[in-house]
Amino acid sequence: MKSSQTRRNWPIAFPVIALLLWAVVYPNAAVIAGSFEDGLGHWREFWASPADHEALITSIVISVASVFASLAIGVPLAFLLGRFEFPGRRLLRAVATLPAALPPLVGVIAFLFLYGESGVVTRVVQRLLGMSQAPWQLRGVGAIVFVHAYTMYVYVFLFVSAGLERFDASLDEAASGLGASTWQRLRRVTIPLLMPAVAGSALLVFMNALGSFSAPYVFGGGLRVLSTQILNSKTNGAMGLAYVETTVLALSAVVGLALFRWLDRKRKYTLASKGGRSRRTIRSRQVQILTTIGAAIIVAALVLPHLMVILVSFARDGSWTTQVLPPEYTFENYRRLFSEAELWKPITNSVSMALIATGANLVVCFVAAYLIVFRKFAGRRLLELLVALPWAIPATAIALGLAATFNQNDPLTGRVLLVGTFWILPLAYFIRDTPLVASAVESSLRQMDASLEDAARGLGASWLMTMRRVIIPAARPGLVAGGLLAAVAAVGEFVASVVLYTHANRPISMEILAQLRALAFGTAAAYSVLLILLVLLMTLAARSFEERLA
Amino acid sequence: MTDAPQARPGKESGTLALDGITRRFGDFTAVDNVSFEIGAGELLALVGASGSGKTTTLRIAAGYDVPDAGRVTLGGNDITRVPPERRGFGMVFQHYALFPHMSVEDNVAFGLEARRVNKVDRLIKARAALANVGLEGAGDRAIQSLSGGEQQRVALARALVIEPKALLLDEPLSNLDPTLREAMRDDLRRMLRRVGVPALFVTHDQEDAFAIADRIALLKRGRVLQCGTPEELYHSPANREVAAFIGRGAIVPAVDKGATAQVTIGGVKRELPITRAKDAPAKIDNAFVVIRPNWIEMSKGAGVFAWRGRVINRRFAGGVVVYRVELADGIVVDVESQSADARENDNVSVSPLKGPFPLVAG
Repeated sequence: MKSSQTRRNWPIAFPVIALLLWAVVYPNAAVIAGSFEDGLGHWREFWASPADHEALITSIVISVASVFASLAIGVPLAFLLGRFEFPGRRLLRAVATLPAALPPLVGVIAFLFLYGESGVVTRVVQRLLGMSQAPWQLRGVGAIVFVHAYTMYVYVFLFVSAGLERFDASLDEAASGLGASTWQRLRRVTIPLLMPAVAGSALLVFMNALGSFSAPYVFGGGLRVLSTQILNSKTNGAMGLAYVETTVLALSAVVGLALFRWLDRKRKYTLASKGGRSRRTIRSRQVQILTTIGAAIIVAALVLPHLMVILVSFARDGSWTTQVLPPEYTFENYRRLFSEAELWKPITNSVSMALIATGANLVVCFVAAYLIVFRKFAGRRLLELLVALPWAIPATAIALGLAATFNQNDPLTGRVLLVGTFWILPLAYFIRDTPLVASAVESSLRQMDASLEDAARGLGASWLMTMRRVIIPAARPGLVAGGLLAAVAAVGEFVASVVLYTHANRPISMEILAQLRALAFGTAAAYSVLLILLVLLMTLAARSFEERLA
Repeated sequence: MTDAPQARPGKESGTLALDGITRRFGDFTAVDNVSFEIGAGELLALVGASGSGKTTTLRIAAGYDVPDAGRVTLGGNDITRVPPERRGFGMVFQHYALFPHMSVEDNVAFGLEARRVNKVDRLIKARAALANVGLEGAGDRAIQSLSGGEQQRVALARALVIEPKALLLDEPLSNLDPTLREAMRDDLRRMLRRVGVPALFVTHDQEDAFAIADRIALLKRGRVLQCGTPEELYHSPANREVAAFIGRGAIVPAVDKGATAQVTIGGVKRELPITRAKDAPAKIDNAFVVIRPNWIEMSKGAGVFAWRGRVINRRFAGGVVVYRVELADGIVVDVESQSADARENDNVSVSPLKGPFPLVAG
């Protein structure tokens, strides 16, 4: 990338780098420093605690198991949908990414309604088998991995599907022309070329599972994982220990990241060709029927959580006890949501906080991405690192960092009192979504011919006009897509919220949890449906905006 | 940037001059003490292989880069540090750099928009500029719907509509297919000539340079090897490197005899009439002559005073056949011949025609 040597970079780079250092690096540094505030005391405490040992091991076991479970579902499904034609393929393709549209906590409670001790599927199986007790319990490591696999296999599926789509059919044809059998082609050509996609998605699952909070929090039972342990310590006022636990969690993530990078180090190629290939129609009648039945079961399993949440949202609170399905239905839950100020508050909270965070993301990430893609200056590497950093730090750790740093007003050390105010959550959302938005904008800008900026300047355009007429239009697809993803993530955010929320700015996710605790399943589900509708609404808005401009 | 001066009509622009330009990237000197002048209405081609520093030189002339040493002047005014948006130059980029999200017309009018020209005038001027490059009525089309040749014309119209004080073109023909390229050469020369401002264009293709430029500056490793008319570079190359780059031909060791040069191949001595570069020394110790394929002839069998050799390759090139002949002492020459009789591995003899042959130092 050529950069113009006649322009100054620091006047725009400095504010962005300073902001990210202050919001991302400083709090985490404060946590690490805090873990040593008592010398090695808190660390000894951590090592001596059997509960923390258990939490560390369980966190890692859950993460690794989630990776394998997601791979086991995502890879075959990507192959099935990418390589074969069968009745029901389009429907299955349409719903395959549905779990990603469920906000984290909503997915968890949908599973509770379905597979929990008093869940619909559990009770149906119990009745059918004539058992006196539930056939299983939805708790512990198995339950958590089950939920993770459902929500996170989508990453694997999307990555591998994209890899298969880019996969040049002529490579396969060349291999068979050289005499390779189907199995040899798979083993020597297809799988090695898909490894980057597999590794990339596996890393994503690992990081998500490690930082996951909602599933362990709701299904954990007595189970301890690092993220819940951190909240426990904080709630009990053992901040020193919380700092150590946070540091260990962040370290595990960094070690995991490094490990994946190392495993994937040999990759020196890209699948650049737009090769595509036609899907093979399954000929054998029996296989076709089996595939279709299998597809139907998968579709049902994928859609069921959404349907269940919708169904329960109409159930009268407190009426659903031992029946298979809720016995009484009503619009009361929704009516109350829209009419009672206390119940309406979380919705306006979530929406306004998500909009504020996303707005800030768009501005800051656009400037950062522009600098990273088009400018050459000494701080560019640092900036790249800063925008990617929040991705490597589990959300609980980010939240605890904010809690530890912005709990007092001390302008000399750069501390502002934000804890307990409205602004702490938008800040947390902003930090969490920065990598997402920045990389979306970056990829848009990378597709732009760098000489367009030079051309605009050569034609006499001022900096502002170049931005307005050339750079921002080029970045627009990334801004829209990144902004949408950020807004969707922020409006349903749970993990950082649970550490930082106050009653006044409680988001929807916290209200869902509160209603669940009060056993008001109907109200909790109504909130969940509303959240899903919000996500849907934002998606449609982004799409129509993009279509109107394109 | 708000007080950007309006571009002046080309007639007032004056000479564009680069004076002792040097640009280093770390330890690498991309441009090394490069100087040349381009008068109003003159076309200068900057020719060189990739990595020779020609694009860096162009970017410095355009203001996208600032040299570590040297000056850029326009009509005698130092513009070395004037940023591109205030130079008022027209630039055509290698891949045209047309704004993909704007129509053809908006692309062409962009520079006028930057100059705060009102909408109506913008439209009139943009349409006139499009008509000028043979694209009447294409204003509403999308950039993606244009062919490579049309995109090139739009890029040219966009650069011309601002009435630039100088025109800079980066490999303007490199993205066109060969037939279109030849047609575009003539058009480009005609259009550049009409504008009447200094025009600098960069190319790696000497045929483009021959066809379009008034003068050629040949660049290698950041230095100007020679700057002169195409004829000068072809007939009187300043040194062996220029001779090797410009035109086809074998470079054969020779003994400088003043008015002639003696070439001995396989024991057969021939005296060849020579030309020297303008400022070449009177006597060259380590001399070479340039033997171009159309300055020698070939016959089958062994001639008495001819150099003997063997055909190692035969290529039909339209009206003539080009034979590659391996002579004694490992010297290989190409010979253009009207005769298509010889085959590969035939023994032939090669003799020089009347020349004169350029004599260069090795």
